[in-house]
Amino acid sequence: MTAARAYDAVMAQRVDILRRSVGLDYAAYETGAIAFDYEGLLADAGYDLETTRAVQKETAVGNTPLVELTNVTELARSVAKPGRGARIFVKDEARNPSGSFKDRRASLSVHEAKRRGYEGVAAATSGNYGAAVASQAAKAGLRCIVVQEAFDSAAVAQPEIAEKTRACEAYGAEVMRLSVGPELFYVLLCVLKETGYFNASLYTPYSILGIETLGYEVAAQTQAHTGRFPDVVIATHAGGGNVTGTARGLHKAGATQVQLVAASVDLTGLHMASDRDFNRKSFTTGHTGFSLPFTGWPDRADVPRNAARPLRYMDRFVTVTQGEVFFITQVLAELEGLERGPAGNTSLAAAFAIAQDLDAEQLVVVQETEYTGAGKHPLAQLNLARRMGIEVRRGDPEEDEPGRRIVIPEHPSQISVADVDLHRVRRSYLRNAIGTLGGATSLNAADIEFLVAETRTDTHYVKETIDALRTEKR
Amino acid sequence: MTDVVATGSWVQIHRVVLRPGQRAPQVPEETQRVPLEMLVKGFLAEAARVGDDVEIVTAAGRRLRGTLTDVNPAYSHGFGEPVPELGRIGLEVRAVLRERGRIR
Repeated sequence: MTAARAYDAVMAQRVDILRRSVGLDYAAYETGAIAFDYEGLLADAGYDLETTRAVQKETAVGNTPLVELTNVTELARSVAKPGRGARIFVKDEARNPSGSFKDRRASLSVHEAKRRGYEGVAAATSGNYGAAVASQAAKAGLRCIVVQEAFDSAAVAQPEIAEKTRACEAYGAEVMRLSVGPELFYVLLCVLKETGYFNASLYTPYSILGIETLGYEVAAQTQAHTGRFPDVVIATHAGGGNVTGTARGLHKAGATQVQLVAASVDLTGLHMASDRDFNRKSFTTGHTGFSLPFTGWPDRADVPRNAARPLRYMDRFVTVTQGEVFFITQVLAELEGLERGPAGNTSLAAAFAIAQDLDAEQLVVVQETEYTGAGKHPLAQLNLARRMGIEVRRGDPEEDEPGRRIVIPEHPSQISVADVDLHRVRRSYLRNAIGTLGGATSLNAADIEFLVAETRTDTHYVKETIDALRTEKR
Repeated sequence: MTDVVATGSWVQIHRVVLRPGQRAPQVPEETQRVPLEMLVKGFLAEAARVGDDVEIVTAAGRRLRGTLTDVNPAYSHGFGEPVPELGRIGLEVRAVLRERGRIR
């Protein structure tokens, strides 16, 4: 069979391959033309908070320290109005076994794969999640294959992903390194078809339920430390799992009044499937290249229905620049003695700006850090950027231009956030939702109710917006 | 003529998964023009030379075929030179805290 025919043939078997590889019958949860029983899908996975905590305890996942960043807070107060500058805390998730919160996501997937008798697990991921799956698989005695998008057509590897290759191989996984392109998914399907392994997708219920413990711990530890729940929790936002799982965990701890802020690095203008742009990004995750499409339509993942549905949970969505994150990464190391990130510090850069708008007695929690090291470091990224012809300089972050110029702030007062208009994201979500339907398909009551929950709006808003979008289309 | 690589050596193979023109329809022009390539490491199944079509046994125990490219391939990622634009940030922010009497 030629490669082109093999591609079409495998893609055509996608639904069957995925059903076998995650052991979930997604079709059974469909309740309308668009709607599905989201809570039912999650509940049937069989991992309530206590069960998840018990599973994670077995592999030393979670229960990471909550650290008050007293010096960073003082720095924020130095540029805030008098009386402003909330206390900033960080959940030091780098202390998980493979160095990031992704261990929480991998733990339930690997546990479930073992329970169901799969011989191994496979995942398509170029990030920390690969190392997490490999680490959990090592402990569980399962084989592991990680498929990465790792290098461009000139054979230049993205240094952060090169480090992830090394980490996965250190845990005994097979790593398939691919050049740039969304056909990563096709290669994953081939692997799943050939091996019969469990698909440890980032977007199954297991992956999301595994993060609920993080939100729960944030609430409980903040309360133990300060006597109350946080006012604001900020999560670095890419595919939506971090926002979704954290929010659900906060709610389960009773912290229902917390403002949840999603923060992404602004990579506007860089195409995610572009061979040319691949190494012009200094961040491989936590950026708008993932977060905008996944917030505007989550069901674009490697499973039929995405358990990460961030628009349901975020109260605010902000972006920061690459240069601002590099600046705050340096500040975290030199003022707090925590060398972490850089991608995980996206939410810290946002926290630094947002804390300045809050009163000094209020509490902001940055809900993750990640390990740092060779390749996965501001020095490696900025040296690559220069090699790719990108200008790197100190200056006003307003002049930052993804793929052309990285501007490291000259002063902490220059760090700010840009708000993403959630009204536009909701509209975009609804446009995508009706776009998945045939022209004349009508929506039932379950569909409307589902879209209300997805967009956190009301029936009137959903109906009116859909009517307007349909008129626009004609 | 390159040296013979012994059976069981830790090696890397290369294979083209999709040629230009076979790429997914949604990929942009400059990605359409290049192949989708794959690199995988494993233990060499039978002695061969660099450039030969070979079989490897991967860490997951799979047998994969491709062109032998590297023997005992290095991890070459690192940190690189210090970046001057980051080098003074610590001094600057510590000066702010010193002014506020927070640190000495």
